[in-house]
Amino acid sequence: MINYIWIFMIGVGIVVGMINGRMGEVSKAIIDSSESAVTISIGLVGIMSLWLGIMQIAEKSGLMDMLAKVLKPAIIKLFPEIPKNHPAIGAMIMNISANMLGLGNAATPFGIKAMEYLQELNKRDVASNSMCTFLVINTASVQFLPAVMIGLRASLGAKNPADFVLAGLFSSITALTVGLVVVKSLEKSSLFKE
Amino acid sequence: MLKSISEFIIPAIMLLIPAYGLIKHVKIYEVFLDGAKEGINTIIKIFPALLAMLVAVGVLRASGTLDIFAKWISPLTAKIGMPSDVVPLAIIRPLSGSGALGIATELIKSHGPDSFTAKLASVMYGSTETTFYVLAVYFGSVGVKKMRHSIVAGIAADIAAILSSVFYSRLFF
Repeated sequence: MINYIWIFMIGVGIVVGMINGRMGEVSKAIIDSSESAVTISIGLVGIMSLWLGIMQIAEKSGLMDMLAKVLKPAIIKLFPEIPKNHPAIGAMIMNISANMLGLGNAATPFGIKAMEYLQELNKRDVASNSMCTFLVINTASVQFLPAVMIGLRASLGAKNPADFVLAGLFSSITALTVGLVVVKSLEKSSLFKE
Repeated sequence: MLKSISEFIIPAIMLLIPAYGLIKHVKIYEVFLDGAKEGINTIIKIFPALLAMLVAVGVLRASGTLDIFAKWISPLTAKIGMPSDVVPLAIIRPLSGSGALGIATELIKSHGPDSFTAKLASVMYGSTETTFYVLAVYFGSVGVKKMRHSIVAGIAADIAAILSSVFYSRLFF
């Protein structure tokens, strides 16, 4: 998919540039953009490393487990098909907590483990209701600290690079709510019954 | 009020997380160094995609394509109060995380980091994940082929994320 989008952007750009007689500007843009990719990336190294260091402390000091404890009752409610003490619950909670703290690298292994446990309960090549609910929570991504974006704004000279965090949090909670309402109301629909 | 809360976010995290770690007897300095060394790897990982998208958007902007597109779509986006420049970001966000990051970067750079467009782009980037990637990776990892209603729900969440990021940005900035 992204293959087509990329060539579409470049192709349309070059054709339109030709029609507009702006090939000089287009050539310059290609070179300048490559250069600014380097400047931006290097500018990001410092703040990115700082965040990852801080988040490593958060993980090692058990902040993730604390968050997991807070989330547990809600998770059990959302997955009525899963037995209360099934390991799938634990894996899902760890995945969601890690995602909330922006620990993407830590989140993925937990998420895959959770899917394996859910598949043990499911045993088919058709997604179970629990799988769909779990993945919608994952795609809506409620994140307390969008570290990459804060770093990016900072390296491009924003006065207060974290000023968007609250708006982002409200917005992703809205998306999560919509996603959950849709996933829960469609799970019994005959349209999606394998 | 909201502005002053957000000014405290970074310093508060910088102080509270290490302090909490110390209480929990974590060797905070060593652990910090250990985590921080991953920073450069993360950047190396996102650099190629950042480059690919910055060049593509650069071509679109320099050729005048974005101006034509903006003129064409603005009657629609004006209704929901969204600058037409942000439309490509909204389209790419569910498809490619690094692609979206590249486009957001270009927007922040070309409009200035403190512009409304830059703030909206930041909110929009952070408010949803790469839906199609998440579904493909996780379902693929256990061999599930029929995704049922998860796709519809994921897309509904994406649309909600895009609309609500415009709404909350209007409210806050």
